Amino acid sequence: MASVFEYAPAPESRSIVDIAPSYGLFIDGEFVDAADGKVFKTVSPSTEEALSEIAQAGAEDVDRAVKAARKAFEKWSALPGSERAKYLFRIARIIQERSRELAVLETLDNGKPIKETRDADLPLVAAHFFYYAGWADKLGHAGFGANPQPLGVAGQVIPWNFPLLMLAWKIAPALATGNTVVLKPAETTPLSALFFADICRQAGLPKGVVNILPGYGDTGAAVVAHPDVNKVAFTGSTAVGKEIARTVAGTRKKVTLELGGKGANIVFDDAPIDQAVEGIVNGIFFNQGQVCCAGSRLLVQESIQDELLDSLKRRLSTLRLGDPLDKNTDIGAINSAEQLSRITSLVELGEAEGAERWSPECELPSSGYWFAPTLFTKVTQAHTVARDEIFGPVLSVLTFRTPDEAVAKANNTPYGLSAGVWTEKGSRILAVANKLRAGVIWSNTFNKFDPASPFGGYKESGFGREGGRHGLEAYLDV
Amino acid sequence: MPTTATAAHPLADVTASNSTLRRFLHGLPGVDAVGLEARAASLGTRSIKTTAKAYAIDLAISMVDLTTLEGADTPGKVRALGAKAVRPDPTDRTTPTTAAVCVYPDMVAVAKEAVAGSGVKVASVATAFPAGRAALDVKLADVRDAVSAGADEIDMVIDRGAFLAGNYLKVYDEIVAVKETCGTSARLKVIFETGELSTYDNIRRASWLGMLAGADFIKTSTGKVAVNATPANTLLMLEAVRDFRTATGVQVGVKPAGGIRTSKDAIKFLVLVNETAGEDWLDNHWFRFGASSLLNDLLMQRQKLATGRYSGPDYVTVD
Repeated sequence: MASVFEYAPAPESRSIVDIAPSYGLFIDGEFVDAADGKVFKTVSPSTEEALSEIAQAGAEDVDRAVKAARKAFEKWSALPGSERAKYLFRIARIIQERSRELAVLETLDNGKPIKETRDADLPLVAAHFFYYAGWADKLGHAGFGANPQPLGVAGQVIPWNFPLLMLAWKIAPALATGNTVVLKPAETTPLSALFFADICRQAGLPKGVVNILPGYGDTGAAVVAHPDVNKVAFTGSTAVGKEIARTVAGTRKKVTLELGGKGANIVFDDAPIDQAVEGIVNGIFFNQGQVCCAGSRLLVQESIQDELLDSLKRRLSTLRLGDPLDKNTDIGAINSAEQLSRITSLVELGEAEGAERWSPECELPSSGYWFAPTLFTKVTQAHTVARDEIFGPVLSVLTFRTPDEAVAKANNTPYGLSAGVWTEKGSRILAVANKLRAGVIWSNTFNKFDPASPFGGYKESGFGREGGRHGLEAYLDV
Repeated sequence: MPTTATAAHPLADVTASNSTLRRFLHGLPGVDAVGLEARAASLGTRSIKTTAKAYAIDLAISMVDLTTLEGADTPGKVRALGAKAVRPDPTDRTTPTTAAVCVYPDMVAVAKEAVAGSGVKVASVATAFPAGRAALDVKLADVRDAVSAGADEIDMVIDRGAFLAGNYLKVYDEIVAVKETCGTSARLKVIFETGELSTYDNIRRASWLGMLAGADFIKTSTGKVAVNATPANTLLMLEAVRDFRTATGVQVGVKPAGGIRTSKDAIKFLVLVNETAGEDWLDNHWFRFGASSLLNDLLMQRQKLATGRYSGPDYVTVD
């Protein structure tokens, strides 16, 4: 619908980032071709334009990378913590200096709005390296004994929703604690990890400390299964997480898993309504809902349901969907055709099961992978859209009458990663938060992250914590 | 008590007594300061370029209440201000006029003459501005004075002391009385002095109180204290007028005043209007800027868009 105040397009310049036509694997400080010469293309989800051709790592490459990491481990782990800190600080500063370039790159490769890569992802990426750089020479004071030791080679597999941020969550604590790394980025978003490889060289990081192996699931499986990997860290789907758990069972490998979620956002009748609406929007439409801790279930107290839903619908009508490189865009593209079809089929199932579907009037671009922000009302616990993780811009609205009912419904999920509580009553925040089985509980806010704050899940949302002092434990022999 | 148009609306009975009014105002949804400020900041990052910027600058110029509220105001100064309001940029006659000139009551007649025939309104800060510390009779006399001199708009300050003491009905009655004195010839803007109300919850309550009492506009501040209009308090007041219209069908205008000096800031406020209350508020009947130095920056930005070059302060008039 044409509005009186039309914002002119304000696209961020693409020329700030120089994407090469092809990239190799990053092993032992060098970019190399895959042993079997396999390659794949990475495309921009908002246009379907092929961005670059990427070498695809096979089992032989994984072996090479693990050997390089093993060799580098001897020297890297023997360095004083203060020396490792210098490298991490240097990496953090280079990330800050190149943040605009990296933000554009991430937006191109992932499809998320530049506003988010610029204002959320990149500042957090740098902050994680700064934070763990600070820990590198203080490991003896972290509460894990006087002289905790690194584990060895860490095999890390990360998802496509926050490509560079997940890399930072994995690599920063691993390096700070003296481990070396073999990391596999997701097949749809390998570019920022390869740019990170370049940053490692720019920072003079010793060869082999960080190795990057783009590829598909089988590459990740080879990393996880490699007998000389000492620690496995994975962020991704619960199904893959279970496979990984089976693979490492019975080995001496340590493992942390950050898996799916179906976060409840609980709004009580005394909540600050306008801010709650913002929190709901941020909870489910941030990164097109492709967030494992997304607040994808709205639990609203029955007495304010109508008022809140009216406000929410009005607010959704102001969301701006389109070119993710436009600085005014709120909602970008879905990461891949595959993910789009998963979202589409779950939403169709929701409708078929009788939930009421609503989207604001919204024109979708003709090319690329797009899905309009969507609300489901009249949802019950028995609906699939209230149980399965959709991983898209789809919010299921349920109601409750009493705090106990809210808690019971919030906890009635196989997952337990995040939850939100909205109320002006401080005692209620504490009482409800204490009863929620979720790794992160936000009150009167949502989707806030800080490197000092640990993050992780209960139940099928995985185990282990990333971030904070707790995040060190996963990479130390304690 | 005088009956006003508000008596008919669905919330009329909440003003039956101080306790019903208090219960109603304290039953409004709370405001989470962190969330409110974050939302205002995030809307501040909208990038307004080229045609959108040209539109926004002209819109902002047309929304300015060009203001002089100095003890040292003279008829000459007020005439100069009036001329500027009518013809903001003598080098470019396509520049819109400002919405109004805003003066003390004793200058209304002078201002009225200076803008005669131009469509520019004359607003006057009556009611013992800026402190409001006077008897109601004095305030009403001040208003009568301004209205009879031809003021199109009255900017009144509320009794912040009574508000903070929880004496909401006193504040309500005063606004109703002033509104009555304005009659049909002048629109009433109610100034809360948000910096003195101190909390966002208070600002939301004051907004509803003003609207219940029949304000045509709600206005942040006098421009005479340390904290005046901010993106956050204006966002909050925009939410209030939006919700009030939903509840009663009555539309009320918003006027941030004080401290808005640059085009960039003004455009951020217009984004707040656009994305909070909506486009129904995007004209000078429903949104104003209370400002004195903002206009020149808007004019310089306008010249820059027209010529591609930045002109500098000597290419716009000093008042």
